[in-house]
Amino acid sequence: MFSRREFLMAATAVTAIVGPAVVGRWSRAAAQQALTEGDLIDMPAHGNVTLVHITDIHAQLKPIYFREPSINLGVGEVAGLPPHVTGADFLKLYGIEPGTPHAYALTSEDFTALARSYGTMGGMDRVARVVRRIRDERGDAMLLLDGGDTWQGSYTANQTRGADMVEVMNALQPDAMTGHWEFTYGTERVKELVESLPFPFLGGNIYDSEWNEPAFDAYRIVERGGVKVGVVGQAFPYTPIANPGWMFPTWSFGIREAEVAKNVAAARADGAELIVLLSHNGFDVDRKLASRVPGIDVILTGHTHDALPEPVTVGNTLVIASGSNGKFVSRLDLDVRDGAVRSFSYRLIPVFSDVIRPDPEMTALVDKVRAPYEAELGRKLATTESLLYRRGNFNGTFDDLICQALLAERDAEIALSPGFRWGTSLLPGQAITVEDLHNACAMTYPAAYRSAMPGSLIKDILEDVADNLFNADPYYQQGGDMVRVGGMGYRIDPSAAIGSRISEMTLLKNGEPIAPDRDYVVAGWASVNEATEGPPIWDVVEGYLARNPVVRLEENRSVKVAS
Amino acid sequence: MILTRRRALALSAGATTLAVLGFAPGRPQAATEAVDQALKAFTGGAAPVSGRIVLDAPEIAENGNTVPVSVSVESPMTADDHVAAVMFLAEGNPTPAVATFHFTPLSGTAVATTRIRLARTQNVIAIAKMSNGAVFMDTKQVKVTIGGCGG
Repeated sequence: MFSRREFLMAATAVTAIVGPAVVGRWSRAAAQQALTEGDLIDMPAHGNVTLVHITDIHAQLKPIYFREPSINLGVGEVAGLPPHVTGADFLKLYGIEPGTPHAYALTSEDFTALARSYGTMGGMDRVARVVRRIRDERGDAMLLLDGGDTWQGSYTANQTRGADMVEVMNALQPDAMTGHWEFTYGTERVKELVESLPFPFLGGNIYDSEWNEPAFDAYRIVERGGVKVGVVGQAFPYTPIANPGWMFPTWSFGIREAEVAKNVAAARADGAELIVLLSHNGFDVDRKLASRVPGIDVILTGHTHDALPEPVTVGNTLVIASGSNGKFVSRLDLDVRDGAVRSFSYRLIPVFSDVIRPDPEMTALVDKVRAPYEAELGRKLATTESLLYRRGNFNGTFDDLICQALLAERDAEIALSPGFRWGTSLLPGQAITVEDLHNACAMTYPAAYRSAMPGSLIKDILEDVADNLFNADPYYQQGGDMVRVGGMGYRIDPSAAIGSRISEMTLLKNGEPIAPDRDYVVAGWASVNEATEGPPIWDVVEGYLARNPVVRLEENRSVKVAS
Repeated sequence: MILTRRRALALSAGATTLAVLGFAPGRPQAATEAVDQALKAFTGGAAPVSGRIVLDAPEIAENGNTVPVSVSVESPMTADDHVAAVMFLAEGNPTPAVATFHFTPLSGTAVATTRIRLARTQNVIAIAKMSNGAVFMDTKQVKVTIGGCGG
């Protein structure tokens, strides 16, 4: 019997994720080699500055499964462009052989079988090992930048109100971070944590909501490898809209393109020779921003959880997408001379937890922060016979489970579950533990509401969310996926205008069309409205699992997508 | 983190007179006509062109009840050549003419900031009338959402 580690070592047709100095197809990269830690991490050092980027960890301290989306549509000018390429098309675009470790890491193709072969990914002790190896090699030429959505997404993060992640990240010694879900801990907690950080929390687009003055530092200049690097921070522009703004009422966000341009120019005027935008805008917003704001050399993008093996170039700007949940760490080596990038070398490092050795100090720290909660984290709630995952534009099986729980436990006709892009995956046969459940719903506004809504309002909500996802102008997109619906089917035409994307809304229990003027009992969770009442969503799902200890989900066919 | 400076509220640079109109009840169907009327009353019939005026407003409002909007107009602000007035129009509001700012050469710069209420997703229009009668316009769509499910 091969152990998993041996299996990975022996795997054939492994394409190392090496971006050549000139962007090209992966097929040019080294192939036909065994998978070792060195193969995953090492690359020939290039130039004088190395940027290491990690983003959207969502408080995943331990290795996890995370299935990438099978549907990730782009609209308007970006239709069919990365990251709106999935599955076999993605493999073809980047010259990756199906069935290889990298096909497993980057797509949803044959996910369950490949996950059984290649195992979990991420884990902060593995991430620490990657960072340490690069730091040992590059020394003071390296910057580590955290794109945010770091402090939220797990049971322990929620229990410690982000403290576990702050402690772990501090040990990694980042040079700066920005944020999004961080703000859902509320103004006072965010201030407390931010002030405790030994590195700057940057957000040039965060303003005092009353006086419209900058509330956070916009940029920081750090010298690395003899190069003055200007790191400009950009928090998620729609934090007070996509999340409960009442929890942090004194802060206003927005894209604020003109301010980005001013901050870039100011950093240049302060002597920065390289401008890096550490961004939580989302990929399409950053691609548009790069085309409109001059002077940005590199955008380290986040929020939309895309993992791309090569930079996307927009004019002279490199856009780097480093995935989520600790699955990947990006390394970008730059040759910067006379205030300009002369050449670069890039590697999206997939963090295979069975190949990359854990950093013992970080393992100890992760164990320490989890210790008070270990018994509860491991408490088994049920077993799943189906693959549970969330990521994708329209539905995910973990959301189907949550919607079923809402319908049954809250006695509702229709269930609504937000289209978050975080939430880890479970393979058929795995136990569902408290930790797994909270990975899908840990947050500070978990109340599962139950209310009567007319059919017309349900349609308006679906139209509103669809426009947040499919507006042809990226600046009007919020970066989540479509709201998940239980008990109701509908048809969606993503390329239509707001108000006419959604049709054929049908109540599944009787097949009748949704009547605009009839009230329906709707249960949902994660409302952004203040004073939402109801039990926490995890209690609702736990109650459901107690009565349904074996989860088996049929394929969800209730959303029809017009092509 | 920068500590928030609390300072006395000052009118934005250059704005000498601010007229904010109330929201009289009205029919949205009449909006286009009301916009045309307000525009004509302000410009005296001159056709607005783009350039020189920059309207700054959020793409998506954080709170439709109080949406910050700013305008700046490129002008030497001399006696012979200055910005006379700037008007904000909210196309989808019952009464589209939201505010008019009047300027003189002594204003120094033609910059104004205020907050407006937007009932729903709509275009906000800023129109500048120059001392020589020329009219410049900039438009931006501001989306007012029900509440997001993003993230």
